[in-house]
Amino acid sequence: MSAMLELRALDAYYGMSQALHGISLSLQRGEAAAILGANGAGKTTMLRAISGMVRTGGEILVAGERVDGRKAEKVARLGVAHVPEGRGTFGRLSVEENLRVGGHGSSRTAMAEGIERAYSYFPRLKERKHQQAGLLSGGEQQMLAISRALMMQPRLLLLDEPSFGLAPLVVSEIFENLRRIRADSGLTVLLIEQSSEHALAFAEYAHVLESGRLMISGSAAEIAGNDAIRAAYLGG
Amino acid sequence: MDYFLQQLAGGVATGMIYAALALALVMIYQSTHVLNFAQGEMAMFSAYICLALISSGLPYLVAFFITIALSMVGGIAIERVVMRPLKDRNHLHVVVVLIGLFVMIHAAAGMIWGYMLQDLPSPFRFLRPLRNQYIGPHEMGVIGTVALAGLALFALLRWTPLGLAMRASAENPASARLAGIRVDWMLSLGWGVAAGIGAIAGMMAAPIVFLDPNMMAGILIYGFAAALLGGIDNPWGAVAGGIILGVTENLAGAYLVGTELKFTVALVGILLVLLVRPAGLFGRAYVARV
Repeated sequence: MSAMLELRALDAYYGMSQALHGISLSLQRGEAAAILGANGAGKTTMLRAISGMVRTGGEILVAGERVDGRKAEKVARLGVAHVPEGRGTFGRLSVEENLRVGGHGSSRTAMAEGIERAYSYFPRLKERKHQQAGLLSGGEQQMLAISRALMMQPRLLLLDEPSFGLAPLVVSEIFENLRRIRADSGLTVLLIEQSSEHALAFAEYAHVLESGRLMISGSAAEIAGNDAIRAAYLGG
Repeated sequence: MDYFLQQLAGGVATGMIYAALALALVMIYQSTHVLNFAQGEMAMFSAYICLALISSGLPYLVAFFITIALSMVGGIAIERVVMRPLKDRNHLHVVVVLIGLFVMIHAAAGMIWGYMLQDLPSPFRFLRPLRNQYIGPHEMGVIGTVALAGLALFALLRWTPLGLAMRASAENPASARLAGIRVDWMLSLGWGVAAGIGAIAGMMAAPIVFLDPNMMAGILIYGFAAALLGGIDNPWGAVAGGIILGVTENLAGAYLVGTELKFTVALVGILLVLLVRPAGLFGRAYVARV
């Protein structure tokens, strides 16, 4: 098995201040890992570092290819789809146009198939395909953001808090669909979550960050079962 | 009544020129939140290029399209060379550089072509048979040309993948990058398209105001006013703003205050509109649910 994502001593910087310190981890093809930790632990920075949005040191490899130091658009073209914090939907574009932005550069048939697939996972998006994305509910926007990322036919999906600000029922629905998507496509997923419960149920592996350092790595089951870790890093 | 219609038609024609310039301003503002003070001078330079091409013996239509193409290349070059390094600077730096650009282009035109008034011919002599007591051939041609250019721009932005990528880059550059769009190129292209539209404004205006390095001074102010009146983030608003402005100016000049003050009347009108609707007549009050 080859690693889909490998971080080697990854540092990341915002201006002069260092936000990540020497993070090393790897994620195999088809696996999902959760990044856990408190606010400000560096979770979002880690995803931004992988997709080329912040200055980094160390090495980032996607499917064996170095991507550190590349521009974000280049990393995206190499098969890394990042659903950012706050979803990053294009509020003035219609739902379908948002999907087309995700499928940007793909052939006409691939575009049509991708859109159909997105609608099959999230039928509500189909009902609203001509609506301005800015007028969707928070849950629908998250579904749209995930669908837009899938339009890129990624090898690696980075999800930044898909549950943020959503009602519990909606969160369950979104995770249910993410599971279906993984089962259908064998996608590799790196997931950030504030609430560890969903994340640990979804992913096979988990990594706990604190103050920009990787504290603990292990299987999701181990970390979910370890009361000491939960108490120390995950707020009970 | 005839006089009224005459003034109205003339107002629409000059309004279309303001609209074209306003459209160019909106293109750049939407993607980079910069008001391009040099837009008028760029248009003036384009008009000179057109004259040079015609003088070298090319037919007008060929010169017209070559001018647009060269202007687009020039716009892209300005974005890449002058604006790109300022990407993360504050607005005042950008303003100073744009004013510098204004002065440079102005001086360059003066140096190359001199300050004498020159005559760029109107390409619309073939419309002469259609002229009547209300509207002359050049006015008709201006209205048609700018309308076609506007529709072409609309089609580009609305129905092509490239246009979608440009709109996405303008609205949310970070997200567009994450989708693999080369946002920097889209911004350059925005400048290119704006320069192309501006070139049309210049070529349409030159036969009316004569060609000299100062020709766009008044038109630039009207173009700004049109863009603000219509809503600086709305291309349709810019066009509507241009036409409203052209018509108001002409009618005010004809009936209210005479030609000396018509400029003032139009600007006072805008001021009043903006007091009531700060986003402009058609500016979008952007709605979002979170």
